Amino acid sequence: MNDPKTNKLIEDAVRLKSYVLGYVFSICLTFEAYFVVVRDSYSTNKKIVIIIILALIQFVMQLYYFLHLGVNRKSKWKLFVLLFMILIVLILVLGTLWIMSNLNYRMTPQQINNYMQSQGGF
Amino acid sequence: MSATDGESSLTSMDKQQALEQKNVFGFWVYIMTDCVLFASLFATYAVLHNNTFGGPNAAQLFSLHYVLVETILLLTSSFTCGLAMIGLKQGAKDKLLTWLGITFILGAGFLIMELTEFTKFVNQGDSWRRSAFLSSYFTLVGTHGLHITVGLLWMLVMMIRVAKGTLSPSSTRRLTMLSLFWHFLDLVWIFIYTIVYLLGAVQR
Repeated sequence: MNDPKTNKLIEDAVRLKSYVLGYVFSICLTFEAYFVVVRDSYSTNKKIVIIIILALIQFVMQLYYFLHLGVNRKSKWKLFVLLFMILIVLILVLGTLWIMSNLNYRMTPQQINNYMQSQGGF
Repeated sequence: MSATDGESSLTSMDKQQALEQKNVFGFWVYIMTDCVLFASLFATYAVLHNNTFGGPNAAQLFSLHYVLVETILLLTSSFTCGLAMIGLKQGAKDKLLTWLGITFILGAGFLIMELTEFTKFVNQGDSWRRSAFLSSYFTLVGTHGLHITVGLLWMLVMMIRVAKGTLSPSSTRRLTMLSLFWHFLDLVWIFIYTIVYLLGAVQR
């Protein structure tokens, strides 16, 4: 049982299984997202929430099955760097959207006119 | 004497392995910083995607089934890249080269489809000069396409290198990094597919 050749074969089979599973899941999720958008069975807001959730599921699936990022010790630091990157990306994207929508709100002519009229200028 | 020899060779092999792992980890850190580049482009797109300046919006411009085929091509190439890595682990050169070749063809097919789409847009007057939405679209998707091009070049070089020589440790290390890079590009595409194309089609 501890024959290195057998162990290697088992390891290969496990890797192959992981890639095949990841591929099948990703294909299903991609088609699912496509059909959610194409068919008119949900409202617009529901569609948006569903396809974003599907994308996040596929992201995690591919990290696990294709990049083999798990909770084992070998990939611990890879995982930490990934989590840090996700934090930075969230700050960058959500921060940008927040600031730009806030600026947009303040720069709307109607808002500015109201502000000028009520305050007598800036 | 022989015992010490065995021990020193073992430690040098361990050292070698540790170095390989460090190299691959360093490449992983580079990939993560690349995510920040894509994040800033995604943020730009998210801010500008409604500023069409009288031009077409996402729902009018993109055809979803065309993008679905592109997505399937790239996803399949990510899968075959994984199969090539199994060949690499087994030390089976033929298997590695076959699957890498298939990955290359699928990736090239994706790139050709994307460039065809870009050419169509530019020819019908919807280039990056048309509106802020199109500028940010071409920058985001074009940057991804540029990464794909670099990945394909890298794959070609590695295929020639492996075909001409043996599977040296340095080739193994580079192929491992290449597979990380290729899977990463597929990860980024999930978000381009969802945020640019699917959300664009939903918000008509």
